[in-house]
Amino acid sequence: MNNALRILAVVAGLVLLSACGTMGDSKEGDEGAEGAAGGASGSATDQGSAQSSGMQPGGSAVLKVLDDPANILSNQIIYFDFDSSAVKPESMELLSAHATFLAENPGLRIRLEGHADERGSREYNLGLGERRAQSVERIMVLNGAAASQLEPISFGEERPAALGHDESAWWQNRRVELIYPR
Amino acid sequence: MFSQLLTRSLLLAVMLFARDATAILTIEITQGAEGALPIAVVPFGWTGQTTVPPEDVAEVVTNDLARSGRFKPLPEKDMLARPHQGSEVRFRDWRILGTEGLVVGQVQDRGNGNLEVQFQLFDVFRGEQLIGYSIPTTAAGLRRTAHQISDLIYEALTGERGAFTTRVAYVVASRPGGRENYQLQIADADGFGAQTVLNSNRPIISPAWSPDGNRLAYVSFEEGRPEIYVQDTLSGQRRRLLPAGASSSAPAWSPDGTRLALTSSRGGNPDIYVFELASGQLRRLTQNPAIDTEPAWAPDGRSLVFTSDRGGGPQIYRVAAGGGDPQRVTFEGRYNTRASFSPDGKQLTLVHGENNRYSIGLLEISTGLLQLLTDGALDESPSFAPNGSMIIYATAGHDRGVLAAVSVDGRVRQRLLLQEGDVRDPAWSPFRK
Repeated sequence: MNNALRILAVVAGLVLLSACGTMGDSKEGDEGAEGAAGGASGSATDQGSAQSSGMQPGGSAVLKVLDDPANILSNQIIYFDFDSSAVKPESMELLSAHATFLAENPGLRIRLEGHADERGSREYNLGLGERRAQSVERIMVLNGAAASQLEPISFGEERPAALGHDESAWWQNRRVELIYPR
Repeated sequence: MFSQLLTRSLLLAVMLFARDATAILTIEITQGAEGALPIAVVPFGWTGQTTVPPEDVAEVVTNDLARSGRFKPLPEKDMLARPHQGSEVRFRDWRILGTEGLVVGQVQDRGNGNLEVQFQLFDVFRGEQLIGYSIPTTAAGLRRTAHQISDLIYEALTGERGAFTTRVAYVVASRPGGRENYQLQIADADGFGAQTVLNSNRPIISPAWSPDGNRLAYVSFEEGRPEIYVQDTLSGQRRRLLPAGASSSAPAWSPDGTRLALTSSRGGNPDIYVFELASGQLRRLTQNPAIDTEPAWAPDGRSLVFTSDRGGGPQIYRVAAGGGDPQRVTFEGRYNTRASFSPDGKQLTLVHGENNRYSIGLLEISTGLLQLLTDGALDESPSFAPNGSMIIYATAGHDRGVLAAVSVDGRVRQRLLLQEGDVRDPAWSPFRK
């Protein structure tokens, strides 16, 4: 009940804030890669700051709830079994809460970043991360989020949350992170 | 000499000091060397201003031949003589040692930075010269000339083309000052002469050579998602293959270089597509709710293999290039991924997982027989040499990823410990045209 009230307050805040300018996802574009040949610096064709698909503006007030440790929404990571993209039953409540939050904040758009542990081949793990993100997307849509609010993306095994070469690191890396615009 | 009974590991650690870098090349003979041809490469003579030649040609050749697994070079300390040309050779000195092939040569300074390398290869038992060449080169080109000599020797003695002048593309990941950095590099097949062709603070994976060796396709995360780029290796010019905004990965050139197979999720989940470079058309090749990825073309271009978990776990499937029903190729074990064809199309190299260990396998397609070539815990990204003699792959080193190569008979393994950082995703270039 408390949470619901808080969300309502927050939604009101969002309505006000959404009128004020864009935050966008500029972080994605301000870094690039540079091609080079024989030591000579080549030119990158894209810096790409403008092309990223642009998160909707989210006011800091509405998003503050995500930082409240007492709120289930402060948890934005779910974990998977090895070589599985099936969402575990214990993750359903969390995904449902985030889906509801998105449904109540239709202006919000989030990234679902799928990851895998390091075992096996990189490209298969990229596919695995993608499928994990897509599994999360499906469940969130079933729970009220709009598909247009969700952007599943995979980083495969390239962005481990924990370094290390055993299960104590691997379980932390088989995950989907819900990335809100900040 | 290696005994036939010697099946334990034998380590030959060779320290090589290049002009600009300290490099350690470790050659590990993992099984007995029976079947490998005993050969002696005598240190080359040198006539020039400096006391030593710019490059130890015999050492480069010796290492090349040893790495192939087809040759068993005689250690220099066991040599009874050090001839530099045919007229100085006494075959008796080499027959005593059981040497079958003998290479002698010399490097001469011709002035103005020009060098000339002469060498001869002898059949010791017949006492005959098999080949002899005089090759003009430069100080900077001497190492490449040494690899050319290795190619000539390899071809004269095995009847197959040598691949020592080819190159390898790979990715080096590091964290200087806590910042992620990724470099796409190209080096000689023995790991020397590395050059960075792409520098990024986002991951780079899956480099793939065009069949003419002039372009690299790869996956870069620089825009926040995996996307395929194609880069000219000489000019450094590059372009994104597909319009922005959708993930794509796992690029694989068709043997004629006109198409790229790739993975895209535009249909809702990862499937294989074929992109035609001339028309820009993208055609869907597989359609399955499972993960379909890691396409690789058969050398005749008529079919592809790919990884799919449509049967539960990841296995290799084969599909006609024109589409159709994929047929499962791998049945052994629950984890087989990242397959690619040998140059003759008869074998696949792949990653095989079993009991939490991931090693490089070689599958005989006609029989379905799978042989494991490595026993690493986290081996991945196997890539055939263009002559099919060796496979390069990524493996977990002491505290970082390193590149390693194994002969296709599994007998000789080596680690290329040449760079700083975590090295991964090697791709062996085609022959130079």
